[in-house]
Amino acid sequence: MRWYLKIISPVLLLVAWEIAAIAVNNEFILPRVGSVFVVLLQPTKDILGSGSLLDNAIISLTRVVSGFLLGIVVAIPIGIGMGRVRWINDMVDPVIELIRPIPPIAWIPLALAWFKIGLASILFIIFIGSFFPVLLNTIDGVRRVNRTWIETAYMYGAKELQLLVKVIIPAAAPTIWTGIRVGFGIAWMSVVAAEMLPGTTSGLGYLIMYSYNFGQVQVIIAGMIVIGIIGLGIDIFLKEVERRKFRWQGLER
Amino acid sequence: MQLTIDNLTKEFTTDAGEHIVALSDINLEIRDSEFICLLGPSGCGKTTLLRIIGGLDQPSSGQVILDNQVITRPNPRMAMIFQEYSLYPWRNVLDNTAFGLELNGMSREERYAVAKRYLDLVGLTEFSQSFPYELSGGMRQRVAVVRALAVEPAVLLMDEPFGALDAQTRNKLQHDLVDIWEKTKKTILFVTHSVDEAVFLADRIVVLSPRPGRICENIPIEQPRPRDRTSVEFAQVRRHVLDLISLK
Repeated sequence: MRWYLKIISPVLLLVAWEIAAIAVNNEFILPRVGSVFVVLLQPTKDILGSGSLLDNAIISLTRVVSGFLLGIVVAIPIGIGMGRVRWINDMVDPVIELIRPIPPIAWIPLALAWFKIGLASILFIIFIGSFFPVLLNTIDGVRRVNRTWIETAYMYGAKELQLLVKVIIPAAAPTIWTGIRVGFGIAWMSVVAAEMLPGTTSGLGYLIMYSYNFGQVQVIIAGMIVIGIIGLGIDIFLKEVERRKFRWQGLER
Repeated sequence: MQLTIDNLTKEFTTDAGEHIVALSDINLEIRDSEFICLLGPSGCGKTTLLRIIGGLDQPSSGQVILDNQVITRPNPRMAMIFQEYSLYPWRNVLDNTAFGLELNGMSREERYAVAKRYLDLVGLTEFSQSFPYELSGGMRQRVAVVRALAVEPAVLLMDEPFGALDAQTRNKLQHDLVDIWEKTKKTILFVTHSVDEAVFLADRIVVLSPRPGRICENIPIEQPRPRDRTSVEFAQVRRHVLDLISLK
């Protein structure tokens, strides 16, 4: 890939931003590029008494990972059951289809009513966000397992559990992993949104909302950049795992 | 080993509501160490018959009996080799070969030792760490064959195993299979639509008619092995088989 083509658009964006900032000449609307970088370059510096960028990033990450693991742990077994067993699918699918179109953020009021303000509500929102992509991909992956692989296992005397562990799960793993990637993206968006709720006192979402109250637009933008970079970094990591672990995918012969 | 197919029929109804008799009135006695080719045109139900014998499908009536035991589901004494896509792409050659042994609960050390011995038999030792997608079609089918041999079945069920290979590789694998059969004396049921392949391999060719599949010929092939495809005798036998088929 010609790397220099890839840097053209980010550089243009920065230049346009800087020109616009000079033209606007109001740091409460659009700060200069430099003032945002000052914030970014001091990730451990406390911001308005609400912790540093790094502290808040770690808090958000911890939340998203916890809620996300919860989502995976619940979604994968249900997905395997629905993908493998017809009647489980027929029984559960209507509820899934009904709840799935509701955006995670629309659950916030109900989460607050059930779990009050705090960690439990945030985890619940993340759980909702990550659950469906993982579930749907697991169902799909399990259903699409090559029939010959299953029959081969039966011919060698596989019991149901052996079939599951040695054939179904490894065969569906690449598709499940895609669900994990998509699910993590949504979970990350959900955590930032959930952290903007009244009553939250930490996390990147909280930090940028809090900075808004003090007119610290350079902190808002710096926080957004950190949110973007973390999301991108995790997706790159998950893709790399996919590339290494599931190299056989698309090469089945 | 005694394998008997007794009055077997298979009927089914398609999604369109069409009633189809796939197999009708199949009777067959298979002796120990016999090499049988099930020969027939595509759609005649020969694969269905093999799958029923293997316990993957159920007959509508009649039964398959292996040493006094009625077959209703896969039996560890029979191994099936499919046309393609049967290796697990996430397992390397060694772990694919050892798959059946692994399911039987054999320890890792033991099953690797067995698998290596069989890979050696077909000259694939140096590929034991390779993955299926790194192998040619012929090599993959060889792995599928030794994976089956490794569990020491009495009967090998082979469903057009060389059908997807080019002619040259196919000939080579046919030779190898005859070698293996002579060494191990397994009973082999081999499905094919190629007269040439059947004449080269079989002790006996069982010819199935187009739908509804019935056994219409039982042709013993007495030519000594190794058979030479280019010989006059081979051509005569092939002509004989072709004549019998085209009369139907």
